[in-house]
Amino acid sequence: MADASYPDDLLYHAEHDWARLDGDVATFGITWYAQDSLGEVVFFDPPQAGGQVRAGESYAEVESVKAVSDVIAPLSGEIVEVNDALGDAPEQINEDPYGEGWMVKVRLSDPSERDALLSAADYAAQLD
Amino acid sequence: MSAQAPSAPDGGAPAGGAEREPTTDELLVEPVLTIYERSREGRRAFAAPALDVPARPLDELLPPALRRAAPARLPEVSEPELVRHYNGISKRNFDLDSGFYPLGSCTMKHNPKLHERVAALPGNARLHPLQDPRRAQGALELMWNLQETLAEIAGLPYVSLQPSAGSHGELAGVLLTRAYHEDRGERRTKVLTPDTAHGTNPATVTMAGYEVVKVGTAPDGGVDLDDLRAKADDQVACLMLTNPNTLGLFDANIAEIARIVHGVGATLYYDGANLNAIMGITRPGDMGFDIVHFNLHKSFTQPHGGGGPGAGPIAVSERIEPFLPRPQVVRREPADGGPPSFDLDHERPKSIGKLRGFQGNYGVFVRSYAYIRSLGAAGLREASETAVLNANYLLALLKRAGVAEHLPVAYDRVCMHEFVLSGAPMRRELGIRTLDLAKRLLDFKVHPPTVYFPLLVDEALLVEPTETETKETLERFAAIVAAILREAADDPEIARQAPSTTLVRRLDEAKAAKQPVIRQPL
Amino acid sequence: MTVYTSATDADRRAMLDAIGVASVDELFADVPPALRLGRPLALPDGMAEQEVYEHLRELAARNVSAEDEISFLGAGMYDHYVPALIDSILQRSEFLTPYTPYQPEVSQGGLQAMFEYQTAISELTGLPVSNASVYEGPSAVGAAAYLAKLANGRARVLVSRGVHPHSRETLRTLAAGTGQEIVEVPLRDGVTDPDALAAALGDGADVNALILQQPNFLGAVEDLEPLAAAAHGVGALAICACDPIPLGILRTPGECGIDVAVGEGQTLGNRLDFGGPSFGFFAATEAHLRRMPGRIAGETKDADGRRGFVLTLQTREQHIRREKATSNICTSQALNALAGVIYLSWLGRRGLVELGELLVQRTAYARDALAAIDGIAPLHEQPVVRELALELDVPDVARVVERCAAEGVNPGYPLARDYPEHPGGLLVALTERRTREQIDRLTDVLARAVAAERSGAETPAGVGA
Repeated sequence: MADASYPDDLLYHAEHDWARLDGDVATFGITWYAQDSLGEVVFFDPPQAGGQVRAGESYAEVESVKAVSDVIAPLSGEIVEVNDALGDAPEQINEDPYGEGWMVKVRLSDPSERDALLSAADYAAQLD
Repeated sequence: MSAQAPSAPDGGAPAGGAEREPTTDELLVEPVLTIYERSREGRRAFAAPALDVPARPLDELLPPALRRAAPARLPEVSEPELVRHYNGISKRNFDLDSGFYPLGSCTMKHNPKLHERVAALPGNARLHPLQDPRRAQGALELMWNLQETLAEIAGLPYVSLQPSAGSHGELAGVLLTRAYHEDRGERRTKVLTPDTAHGTNPATVTMAGYEVVKVGTAPDGGVDLDDLRAKADDQVACLMLTNPNTLGLFDANIAEIARIVHGVGATLYYDGANLNAIMGITRPGDMGFDIVHFNLHKSFTQPHGGGGPGAGPIAVSERIEPFLPRPQVVRREPADGGPPSFDLDHERPKSIGKLRGFQGNYGVFVRSYAYIRSLGAAGLREASETAVLNANYLLALLKRAGVAEHLPVAYDRVCMHEFVLSGAPMRRELGIRTLDLAKRLLDFKVHPPTVYFPLLVDEALLVEPTETETKETLERFAAIVAAILREAADDPEIARQAPSTTLVRRLDEAKAAKQPVIRQPL
Repeated sequence: MTVYTSATDADRRAMLDAIGVASVDELFADVPPALRLGRPLALPDGMAEQEVYEHLRELAARNVSAEDEISFLGAGMYDHYVPALIDSILQRSEFLTPYTPYQPEVSQGGLQAMFEYQTAISELTGLPVSNASVYEGPSAVGAAAYLAKLANGRARVLVSRGVHPHSRETLRTLAAGTGQEIVEVPLRDGVTDPDALAAALGDGADVNALILQQPNFLGAVEDLEPLAAAAHGVGALAICACDPIPLGILRTPGECGIDVAVGEGQTLGNRLDFGGPSFGFFAATEAHLRRMPGRIAGETKDADGRRGFVLTLQTREQHIRREKATSNICTSQALNALAGVIYLSWLGRRGLVELGELLVQRTAYARDALAAIDGIAPLHEQPVVRELALELDVPDVARVVERCAAEGVNPGYPLARDYPEHPGGLLVALTERRTREQIDRLTDVLARAVAAERSGAETPAGVGA
């Protein structure tokens, strides 16, 4: 994705991760800023479905040629689905970070944690 | 059997079954072929000696169930082809004998040619490691002498030559630290490393079972003493440092750092990668370090070989000595006053044990020992003084107008044997990154300095000329850098597309990582 | 100024002027006076090249090498013939003097050599993934145990007593850091005892890996497949340290279900050099690709579509992943690995097999001849390839070795120190350099030495000094 974009319908974690909420299930991924800093993603090391994630903690790793980055969970819960398509096409994380580049879907254990997340505007503002 | 790679070699004659003759343009491009692609069934370079014992049926000696189904698909080539192939690919390498190689942190100094001759002496080259020590006295005396020399340079009395590389020496050092603490009945959990540390340091800490805790760097480039005091507690086993550090700066607070670390009962470990700045001038042991590793492939001229071999001997203080790996080379004075003899001591009850087979990379010891005997005390000191002089001179050249504003030195102090520039202004103002500058340097037949290390400096360029370069070489390098910057101001695309005169241009590393092809398909 | 530096007095003055200091000493102003050495290093003065040469030559002359005696010493390193072309290729500046290929555009030679080497090791071991080398054999075994820990996180490592004593000791040393418990599985009849293994595996829940050696330290060919299967049965990794030349004819680790194959590469084109430098090879199944230690070269294309090679999967390594790296290894053994791939290419597909078969025949001949000596029996009856173990019925094998050495024959490695259960043990190694004539001489010399020890004869002068 060529230009920076931070969709308004998402919530953001300061460490460059987004969450899209749909009832008590949320989809997670990394932001435009994160994929741009990494460069071309060559490998996504996915977690197992059924595993637990905790807000603020790493649940996966994403690699470019010269860097490794932890992927931070914005919210806590149980992983109900993993985007296996990223195994063959990790570049989706660069090309469509908010769409095909989604990483996991999580059943939230504490939806009130969303209050600690940032809006698109606040996230973009703290990038400078 | 001939092997054709699916990724067909570029250029050259069209594949078999061509309907026309190749053109001169096609033939002018020499294909890149692996040794497997040169293979043709029936060719050979090796002729086995004739069987001179009665032949017994192989099945009797080695049942078929224990034998492999099909032979390894090694190439079939003659000797002339082998020689041509490896000569040919060697010419696709830049090397230190051919040009300037200011790779920071690597100490690419000249590899004296005498060393290959003495390493090849049959008494060295064909000596078995398990030969009775009484029949390996020359080798053991050489190792002993090398140990004594390294002890004197380090200012620490006891040396093990066993580790095979710097990071192997680091692992030895941290395991020695662990053994030392456990012997005192203590279990510590953390090791401190500065945020400027070489990657091998934290990797080693994890392998040795400790948690890495980073210590910050002060504005002057030295260790942040307040941060160190805050983090140094009785859970800390060790602080790993190098001095001068990876910014090329000597930390004048080292005595205080040692006091803080020893004050909590931790050991102080010296990464010898930067020893080239201080030989004969100051010594890690005198600074308060307990354990030092040397990189014989850095300061002591073992050729880098494209990635090894090296050696990482360690020198330690009295309190660490009992834990040294086994065997240790020892010297014995005979009761009758005759000449001393040398032996391998395996009886070391508190030893951490072994980090590898036998006693270490002896062939590397021979070369480093020859270097030390060539230079002597004065020569070693002169090497360090000249390394520091050359680095400061090159820095002075690069601080001139036209360069300094784009590539400022990260810490404006007298440097030691290396210095760090930041390409951040260059990126902002000229639109080219440190990476692009490095790639453009390749067109001028110099090896670029180390890039993007240490991590602390944005767009880092770590430059270490070493003492074996002439003043003219340094001046030419500075002129090239200045010219590249002027060129970039005019047309940044040249550097961004560089190199353009090398045998290959920038390579698709992302593809190599996403779809790794790490062997020839056969 | 030494012969390796070139800063004349005039150069120095000009450089100091440009820097803006009056003397070199000022460049060391950051070194506190209390830390200045303040005296010359207590080392001898430097010498001219020919003096250094004479000194090194004199030292080397006091070593008894395989040039000076007929050597049957093995136990991990072997006196194979290194063809002359390896010397000439390795002496080329372009291979000898560059650094690790961090700038691939000017390092295609070294990277291609790594790629060819990785292919050769993959073929030899029957495993798809190889790295570009590690230091040597025993530390490669340690690195394999570290991979196993990263793979399944369990704590107990079972290692056969047939694994080289240096490898077993290295495992224990490294285990102090990794927290693994190293448990030895005994031998029976010269090979890993399958019943003892089953008992040691138990329910296996905490078994990280099983480590074997092929041929084992006593020269015996192990039946790897059922041992590997037993490890897999409890979800543990099967690791094997292999002697590479016998792999030319033995069932490969890959065929036997081994997950990680490592080994000492010295016999592939490298000299004895009193124990190093050599190289270690490290190969594994695809599943462990991202846990591999060390450099890996990969094929790719450049911006114009030309074929090229790069270091790849670098995110495993210390310079990127730092404390989470698969290993701390940086400098490894690239030049020695180059010798390895040249050697394997020199032997070629048929040559490696011919060499292996020659070794099998000569070793069988030697075993028969030596076992026929009064007072000597084979230590085991397992198939052997290039090394055999004997039991000598003498009070002290070391004295037998001394008698043989006095006659210019080194009969092999006494086992008593490493295997106290075999106090009369002697390990005899064969290479293609040990001709029938030399084996016959060994037989003669050993027979007389053993007879003399058994009869309590006087030691001749010069023996046991």
